[in-house]
Amino acid sequence: MKEIVIISGKGGTGKTSIISAFASLAKSKVLCDADVDAADLHLIMAPEVKERHDFDSGNTAIINPDKCTECGLCRDLCRWDVISEDFVVDKMDCEGCGVCYYFCPEKAIEFPINTCGEWFISDTRFGPMAHASLGIAEENSGKLVSLIRKEGRELAEKKNLDLLLTDGPPGVGCPVIASLGGASAVLIVAEPTVSGKHDMERVTELAEFFKVPAMLCVNKFDINPDMGKAIEAFAKEKNVRVMGRVPFDPAFTHAMVEGKTIVEFDEQGQGSQAVKAIWEDLSKSLEN
Amino acid sequence: MIISIASGKGGTGKTTVATNLAVSLDSKVQILDCDVEEPNAHLFIRPHMEETRTITTPVPEVDMEKCNLCGKCGEICQFRAIVVIGETVLPFVEMCHSCGGCMEVCPEKAITETTRELGRIERGHRNGLEFVHGKLRIGEAMSPPLIKSVRQYTRPDVLTIIDAPPGTSCPVIASMKGADFVLLVTEPTPFGLHDLKLAIGAVRILGIPCGLVINRSDIGDDRVLDYAKKESVPVLMEIPFDRKIAEAYSRGDMIVEVMPEWQEKFVQLYQDIERIAG
Repeated sequence: MKEIVIISGKGGTGKTSIISAFASLAKSKVLCDADVDAADLHLIMAPEVKERHDFDSGNTAIINPDKCTECGLCRDLCRWDVISEDFVVDKMDCEGCGVCYYFCPEKAIEFPINTCGEWFISDTRFGPMAHASLGIAEENSGKLVSLIRKEGRELAEKKNLDLLLTDGPPGVGCPVIASLGGASAVLIVAEPTVSGKHDMERVTELAEFFKVPAMLCVNKFDINPDMGKAIEAFAKEKNVRVMGRVPFDPAFTHAMVEGKTIVEFDEQGQGSQAVKAIWEDLSKSLEN
Repeated sequence: MIISIASGKGGTGKTTVATNLAVSLDSKVQILDCDVEEPNAHLFIRPHMEETRTITTPVPEVDMEKCNLCGKCGEICQFRAIVVIGETVLPFVEMCHSCGGCMEVCPEKAITETTRELGRIERGHRNGLEFVHGKLRIGEAMSPPLIKSVRQYTRPDVLTIIDAPPGTSCPVIASMKGADFVLLVTEPTPFGLHDLKLAIGAVRILGIPCGLVINRSDIGDDRVLDYAKKESVPVLMEIPFDRKIAEAYSRGDMIVEVMPEWQEKFVQLYQDIERIAG
């Protein structure tokens, strides 16, 4: 089983558009949307949900006013200052550490588990898909990323498919770290801008830190070819394989508006052709 | 006043709006880049940095001379950051949320605290504009405590512009909570719309007034505009797609540097925000 995770550091560089195109091109795979915080892959894949599950993770303290004697120990112990003077816990800011719950001499604090999202197993026109949606303003996105990748992997094993195509989250923090462990390789989608370069460098360091092999493609290359080349040069220095360049092509946006992959929307166009060439190379390198 | 600039979807132009707004105003302004995973505002503001601080968080250290292997530390820890294995106690400091529970519960007082680096904060200036950003250490998972440290630089006597990270989970909440106004930047595409709905949901949970900037306003369809109307979210600015803007951005130039006529529009944007936020 191989897993390719698409990451970018910077948001909006084209991760989801490119993985959607790969979905059009790859045979025998499972799709996985690990950008659980702002999941968008389903907007192109139009999944038919087959299974729906609650995602329960993390706990929140609740003080029962009938039992509370207002001794103040919980307020002294809480390092996030989320317990008010009248002993009400700010649910949104509670870290879920359980220290108040553990030490309350009156056992006046409950510590129920939170349902902070949902995850799904679905069918799409390109094959099975594992995806999720984290509740708004919820925590534990890293745990949901780990869960959805595990479910995607099991789904692939069950259906005898040997590839997991995972759409990763932006950034370098908790959800991205959760999307890297055990991946065969990451494909970094960068854009040729000062921000794109800065963020690509950080996410390359992250892949290096966790010892996951990395590959690069620069999207919208012609917006700034010099910057694109500088990004490729940095990649080569870091032993990141440069897979190719994707031109700025408005067809990507038009395809998205119609809920299609670029390959479905404009197969002969320059954007499609560029992504196809990258996929061919990438799928060959996976065989080795 | 604190204006937090957020989006849901990444790459819609938060930093573009935050930086152009910050340099367009005559009043006293500070910009706090709270996208600590991938901070970019400094690439456009190009501040003269004056101060760097390392931000740490407390994590446990166990004195095995005192430890009697009772296991209470592992029992209280909700994050599996400390466990008794055989004849030793292993703290997994990268998983630690710094609650102090293990230290508190240890009957032998065998646990003390050392630190783990979260990242760095840099502070500087560009002319009269104060600039502060956080940079999460590569490999560090927890960004909210670093974001909170950046926000401690908020000065009540100036306009604070916060550049928030993408998404709608804890780092975004940490960057919006307590703001007087949230300016949401989106693009008129299905992804932009979907993530905008999530972002508006988050803003509503926090009960903060908000308005919208539609970037690359002519590239997609009208569904964002229709949604904004239906939800009574005011559209305060539309920035059409212009290759000149995209190329300037790619070099690290702000819109108002290549097209000075935009300064007036950013001043107007601020006046509209002031009017709505009261």
